[in-house]
Amino acid sequence: MGREFGEVILDLQSVSLAFGGVKALTDISFNVREHEIRAIIGPNGAGKSSMLNVINGVYRPQQGEIILRGQHFTRMNPYKAARAGISRTFQNIALFKGMSVIDNLMTGRNLKIRSNLLQQAFWWGPARREELAHRAKVEEVIDFLEIQHIRKTPVGRLPYGLQKRVDLGRALAMEPSILLLDEPMAGMNVEEKQDMCRFILDVNDQFGTTIVLIEHDMGVVMDVSDRVVVLDYGRKIGDGVPDEVRANPEVVSAYLGASH
Amino acid sequence: MPEMASGQALDTFPRLLVEHARVRGGKPAMREKDLGIWQCWTWHDVAEEVHALASGLAEMGLRRGDNLAIVGDNRPRMYMMMTAVQCLGCVPVPLYQDAVANEMLFALLDAEVRFIFVEDQEQVDKLLEIRDQLPLLEHIFYDDARGMRHYTLPYIHDIRELVAMGRVHNRNHPDLLAHEIAAGAADDVSVMLYTSGTTGKPKGVRLTHAAFISAARGGAAFDHLSADDDILSYLPMAWVGDHLFSFAQAMVTGFTINCPESAETVMNDLREIGPTYYFAPPRVFENLLTQVMIRMEDASRIKQKMFHFFMAVARRSGAEILDRQPVSLLDRILYALGDVLVYGPLKNVLGMSRIRVAYTAGAAIGPDLFRFYRSIGINLKQLYGQTETCAYVCLQPDGQIRFDSVGKPAPGVEVKIADNGEILVRGPMLLKEYYKRPDATAEAINADGYFMTGDAGLFDADGHLKIIDRAKDVGKLANGAMYAPNYIENKLKFFPYIKEAVVFGDRREMVCAFINIDIGAVGNWAERRGIAYAGYTDLAAKPEVHGLIEECVEKANAELLREGPLAESQIHRFLILHKELDPDDDELTRTRKVRRNFVAEKYAPLIDALYGGRSSQYIETAVKFEDGRQGKVAADLAIRDPKTFPVERRAA
Repeated sequence: MGREFGEVILDLQSVSLAFGGVKALTDISFNVREHEIRAIIGPNGAGKSSMLNVINGVYRPQQGEIILRGQHFTRMNPYKAARAGISRTFQNIALFKGMSVIDNLMTGRNLKIRSNLLQQAFWWGPARREELAHRAKVEEVIDFLEIQHIRKTPVGRLPYGLQKRVDLGRALAMEPSILLLDEPMAGMNVEEKQDMCRFILDVNDQFGTTIVLIEHDMGVVMDVSDRVVVLDYGRKIGDGVPDEVRANPEVVSAYLGASH
Repeated sequence: MPEMASGQALDTFPRLLVEHARVRGGKPAMREKDLGIWQCWTWHDVAEEVHALASGLAEMGLRRGDNLAIVGDNRPRMYMMMTAVQCLGCVPVPLYQDAVANEMLFALLDAEVRFIFVEDQEQVDKLLEIRDQLPLLEHIFYDDARGMRHYTLPYIHDIRELVAMGRVHNRNHPDLLAHEIAAGAADDVSVMLYTSGTTGKPKGVRLTHAAFISAARGGAAFDHLSADDDILSYLPMAWVGDHLFSFAQAMVTGFTINCPESAETVMNDLREIGPTYYFAPPRVFENLLTQVMIRMEDASRIKQKMFHFFMAVARRSGAEILDRQPVSLLDRILYALGDVLVYGPLKNVLGMSRIRVAYTAGAAIGPDLFRFYRSIGINLKQLYGQTETCAYVCLQPDGQIRFDSVGKPAPGVEVKIADNGEILVRGPMLLKEYYKRPDATAEAINADGYFMTGDAGLFDADGHLKIIDRAKDVGKLANGAMYAPNYIENKLKFFPYIKEAVVFGDRREMVCAFINIDIGAVGNWAERRGIAYAGYTDLAAKPEVHGLIEECVEKANAELLREGPLAESQIHRFLILHKELDPDDDELTRTRKVRRNFVAEKYAPLIDALYGGRSSQYIETAVKFEDGRQGKVAADLAIRDPKTFPVERRAA
């Protein structure tokens, strides 16, 4: 495709995470360059979701550092991560089921809202102008994801594939510079997967968003991503462009389920 | 903006546009919902943009007489492009946007298209797929820039660039466009529409400004349309009906056309706009009614009771009140109450509160369906016409509405029935010619200037035209009885559970049928009975569903028995197809008409099984998915023998 990758914007150095005696991640280092699509793959329980949780500060690693645009974080937290332009979607959709698609997407703008509670309660002056601007942004996301027809539908009534798309929309509404996607295509049929792939590529292409994604479908990963990190039992066993990773014997054995 | 030489008649669309911009420049001409908000173009905006487009095209080298193809959903700029092309004395050729690349290829080659205007990346990709087979293609313009960043080919342009270029060109050559518009004549071809190709290759139908303007003026006067009307434009632009309603009539009367946000939001947009003038094929009305009925089943007991009570009142007197016929005072009072409690809110939900005139055409409409809409106070009427006649032959006058006729000849149109039952029409709205097909033109228009519609019909006692079938489809059974396949199929399709039907019987001893069930209605029926199913193929194979359809077929047989010459056409055997007939598999045309011969060939083993007396038949069918991939569906189809009724034969 001939896209240009920028500098390293996210660098994880020797990250280790343990829950009591269970070592979820052991001494993992890898980096993410600007504008790239970086996939994290690995068998179940390999530590992929933990890795994302470390990046956006839900888990605090016992060891290691996260360097985000040159800034060192030993203790990241979700708020700081969000402020720094990292947004994410979840493996099991995290939306407000009773709220409409629009309202869910508006929650993605929450961090950017400046007016105070009182102003918002009366929808007065600046609060009103601000909400209109946010709504316009949200409408762009709706247009982008082609979900105009469900704008006012409560999320709980939507089929799973569309809920996933709304989840992505909520993350996009934040106008993130780094987007973390946790199994965006889990449980989808072929057509829905194709749509989602196209949206991921379009986000990356049009907004220049850096994307870190976890995915099980190897076909998707190899087609979509620029570089792939492979985890197994909390260790990094491979890192490189899809072809390199595919040729890596350790990766093959982890995926074919050979004895460890 | 070009000024018109005074005294020039308003006999071409570009001149009409200049006139609208002058008379009602500030009034909305077009709306489109974008980013959640209805955007508006006034007549002045439209004229300005059309002229910029036209100047841009002139600068790019579009020459008088050229054809320019237009492919996309209904969007304001797509409509503006039509007039822009006409300004230069060129011919817009709208094509169906959901056609696959190879289907488009024929028309693009036939029309020798050098310039094409498409909506988005999807359409551009289709063109690039067939690019090397289109040596004449010079420029592709696209409307929606999304995803187009990496298309650096020199012949692909953003339409905004063309508009910008046109504005500059307009400043440098202020008189050119006025001159071009003045050079246009009423009998120039204004549009070329391709026939759907139910039979053989599509033909390009060349229609003139005069033809479409006379059809539009006639229809507008007939239904008292004015510049204050609103219409929702959502049917394919390549279809003659949309060209008449959304383009020609809007240009003649100056009413507002409204473009939906996307194909999925049409129902919502309909509610928001509340059009006063509406057109939909019967299946749209049917889907709406099915949705209403499904939702009513889930409503509370009180609401259901109220709904059914007032619907009974409406059935009894609603259509009569609409037609201003005498109705008892009690019913009038009840109807008024029902209007407040049921019909009004229902029309509001359907987006039909403001409708003055609604039309349906393109296929037969079921009597119950037709009566339902009329009874709740929607002035739904039928019309009859073809691509070759600007969709303008017969219209139903207010107050004289019947579900089984298509009304009286429209103002300015002469209709007569040939000896073989074929409907012949003559008038100013006829086509000029088929493009590059003088043979076909000569065949279609007889020596007296009548166009042969190919439909068989008859006039009833009140002078209303009744369509029976395609003239060439009307056949005979082996015993010599008259056989009209479409008529029987329509009878079957009037049942909500049957979506599509294909019958066979010409020169055979009995009539047999393929049925497609309606997955929505039958699915709902199955759910309420606790029948689990995995999809269309599975549902279609359920014995309970066979029973349900058998009942429908038997009812149809009972009705056929009462219809004189058609009594012999009762359906003796039927099966439910394992897949839905689909235009992507060439089984339906793009306008969703069954291609009977193709279906007969494709499913020949099934027909043999029907006539061979077998009780089931295994079949495997290739299917094409939307993305062009191929797949297979296989099933063992059961064949049923519904009850038929003995026909009393009168001794000759």
